[in-house]
Amino acid sequence: MAANFLIYGLVNSVVLMLSALGFSLTFGLSGVANFAHGGLYLTSGFIAWMLIHYLGLPAFVSMLLTIVITGIIGALIYRIIIMPVRGIALSEVISTMALGVAMIEFFRYIGFVTYDFTLPPLVAGSVDIVGVSIDYQRLVIVGVGVLLAIILWFFTHHTKAGLALRGMSQDEYTALSLGIESDWAAMLSMGMGAALAAVAAMAILPLGIISINMGYDVLLLALSVTVLGGLESTAGLIVGSLLVGYAMVFTSTYIGPQWGTVVYLAAIVLVLAIKPSGLFGKSKELEERV
Amino acid sequence: MSHLVYRKERVDRGIKVRSDDIFILASLRDLSYATLPKTLAIVILLLFPLLKDLVGTYWESVLVTTIVISLLALSWDLLASAGLVSLGQALFFGVGSYLTGWLSRTFALTPIMSIPLATLVGALLTTLILYPVLRLRGIYFGLITFALPLLLSRVIEVTKILGGTEGLNKIPPLPNLTTELYILIVVLLVCIYAYRRLITSDYGLVLQAVRDNDRAVMAAGFDIQRLKAQAVFLAALPATFAGAFLTHHFQVVGMQSFALDYSILPLTSVIVGGAGTFFGSVLGAFIMIPLSEFLREFASLRVVIYSLLLLIFAIGLPEGIFHFIRRRYQQFERMTALEGESDKRGK
Amino acid sequence: MANEPILRIVGLTKSFGGEKAADNISFELVPGQALGIIGPNGSGKSTLINLITGFVKPTAGQIFFKGKNITGIAPHKAVDLGITRSFQMSRPFYNLPVFKNLIIPLSSPRARRSRGGKYGDRDETAIHLLEEVGFERDSQVPYKDAGALPHGYLKRLELARCLSLEPEMLILDELFSGMSMSEIASVIPLLEKIKEDGCTLVMVEHRLTELFRIIDKVIVLNFGQKIAEGKPSDVMKQEAVMKAYLGSEVVESA
Ligand SMILES: Nc1ncnc2c1ncn2[C@@H]1O[C@H](COP(=O)(O)OP(=O)(O)O)[C@@H](O)[C@H]1O
Ligand SMILES: [Mg+2]
Repeated sequence: MAANFLIYGLVNSVVLMLSALGFSLTFGLSGVANFAHGGLYLTSGFIAWMLIHYLGLPAFVSMLLTIVITGIIGALIYRIIIMPVRGIALSEVISTMALGVAMIEFFRYIGFVTYDFTLPPLVAGSVDIVGVSIDYQRLVIVGVGVLLAIILWFFTHHTKAGLALRGMSQDEYTALSLGIESDWAAMLSMGMGAALAAVAAMAILPLGIISINMGYDVLLLALSVTVLGGLESTAGLIVGSLLVGYAMVFTSTYIGPQWGTVVYLAAIVLVLAIKPSGLFGKSKELEERV
Repeated sequence: MSHLVYRKERVDRGIKVRSDDIFILASLRDLSYATLPKTLAIVILLLFPLLKDLVGTYWESVLVTTIVISLLALSWDLLASAGLVSLGQALFFGVGSYLTGWLSRTFALTPIMSIPLATLVGALLTTLILYPVLRLRGIYFGLITFALPLLLSRVIEVTKILGGTEGLNKIPPLPNLTTELYILIVVLLVCIYAYRRLITSDYGLVLQAVRDNDRAVMAAGFDIQRLKAQAVFLAALPATFAGAFLTHHFQVVGMQSFALDYSILPLTSVIVGGAGTFFGSVLGAFIMIPLSEFLREFASLRVVIYSLLLLIFAIGLPEGIFHFIRRRYQQFERMTALEGESDKRGK
Repeated sequence: MANEPILRIVGLTKSFGGEKAADNISFELVPGQALGIIGPNGSGKSTLINLITGFVKPTAGQIFFKGKNITGIAPHKAVDLGITRSFQMSRPFYNLPVFKNLIIPLSSPRARRSRGGKYGDRDETAIHLLEEVGFERDSQVPYKDAGALPHGYLKRLELARCLSLEPEMLILDELFSGMSMSEIASVIPLLEKIKEDGCTLVMVEHRLTELFRIIDKVIVLNFGQKIAEGKPSDVMKQEAVMKAYLGSEVVESA
């Protein structure tokens, strides 16, 4: 029982972290709160499905292709939708939210709502770990999640490009004088964020069917985890995912299966009410301001 | 040698309808020019319910929805004037809805009692709920308003309180459609009038100042937390009323009251119509809701269309339709001769 | 009792992260006195003002105003007690006419109380205040949008904003910077009059010559620490002060 709880809690935490990674990266690097994140996640799932079923491409190829395509879509979203309202945080939120809803509801309209819509797992089958049966796909998720977290952390903290991007988010003016163009950087970070949403979708969606409302859920999960961790902190993202992830598994096991959703929504509300900068947030101004 | 070049020029008509409360009107013609649009809108609105046979009850009930969304949009606009941008008007709507439902079921109240009570208590309750997060600004406040209605509906779902997923039914009805419409129209007009008066008063000036520079308002000796709470209360009133009213109109209340629709529709209305004037948000609702009825047969594509409109207006015409129309109305175009321009171009 | 300090600061400390922007600062001020606070850029002058007016909460130490402990007070409560401040970066309400900018402080609880709840003539009061700080009454300037004002006028608008609150202690953060010589010269008599009327003045300034015409006492900050306190003429002779000042001058001109 305890082993079960520990392992499934961990898997759930990594699922959350993966879901939030793209959102958190874009926000951290360019300051854009991309509310189309859930829409992109869902769209990438359907893109992969279409590549597999309409073009007959092998699953793995389709998934790689999907990640690239979604990344390009993300960059285009920046170019077309964010750039005209860049800097007005609320217009950014409103327009990306509108776009996200449009994407999600479009798939509902064209009828992508049946049980046919599934993605194949990369590796089928399951294995026993300390007496807990767990399928390979969940291990893949954990692997991908941990790997990505490490890569991203390395990228933003130890590579020139990553440091430049981070510098930009902190001080656009200095970055400009260093010859980094902020629009290109932001476009890149949106593209990367979207691609990460697709990676998450490719890893997580094979666990079940692709359901439309996931588009909304993923956005809310991402918000919950990042708000709890502190909106632009990598360590916060990990700790936030673990806390929410285990809390969700705990409540669904011991209180009732539907309580999981209450937990992450309540996390958003409580954190913003009590400590808006989150556990690791650097936005001290949020609290310094009286 | 220079010849004349013409170009279009926009000229302000002499009337100063823009200044808050000073009207300098040269003639009766100007007077009618200034007041005609408002008068016309009010007259049409007041006549509409009488034309039942002409327009049919279907479109009359569309007007109910339109006014309900208008009220939510007005509420959004007032909040935004104080710098509080809501992504979840459904919070107010849902609280008003459930309160009236609960009140009429528990205490067997008639709508005359339960609607005003739900409006007031609902506004108070939402102010209390939002009080701890009023210090948040920008997207952080938006985030919390986005999450709260969803959270409340999930809580109702899992705890099965207030009827759970079933909701509460057998809510006492309102007398008849014509009466309903007149109540709504009066409330709408009163609300627009009151909000306009409020925002052009010194108090309104202070509220807007909180939005533009809260530090300066603090330095002037205002408790901005309190100002924001007052703004939330005042803005909540029409929204909780809208929820309470529609509950009696449909005679049921369910989790649907906290749905994203009641957040997105008012937001779209304001953005399409134009924020900051209250007329704009109402105009937006009067465009969006009837439009969505025309799109009824497209089912869920409707939401796609709203969202795209929201997107297009947010990016392409952020000032909204109302400001655009008003500018056209208050100015006219004429051709003016420009001398010398041709010389430059000739070279 | 006349010599009971209006402001008493004890061991005031504020750290941002590791850095101490105010480091164990103590001093006293008697009513009607005018205090100058000087020091190089980044030495913590604005932070000290923010601490006194409640815009920043101290890490340690206490602040007493008229004997009352006001440590960590909310900014609006400080205003209620009669402490009014100007901002170094004056950010007016750009899209409002200049005089409407003053309607906001004039509608505040303190202004309403001290002006006897007069509601009707706020516009008139606003124009009058603008006149006092040197706006020409019959010009169009008070009716223009504040966004169109030149910097010197903005500073004077900021001063008018403070005066509208009828302060007992007026704290001015670099009022003179951005003003022309003639503007400064026209404001100094006003400041002297304010002082004569019994208002305690606290001024942060870089323009020392003009500052020393007004103040009775100066304290010098460097790296968040008070390095000197006393009569302006005496203090400027101290070695530490000259060092701090010369040092910064070199940095600034480089
Ligand atoms: N809100 C803040 N957060 C972090 N550091 C701050 C903040 N306000 C001031 N500081 C730091 O405190 C020091 C003193 O700043 P300040 O009081 O503005 O100096 P001055 O007004 O004397 O030029 C500076 O190093 C500045 O970077
Ligand atoms: Mg300073």
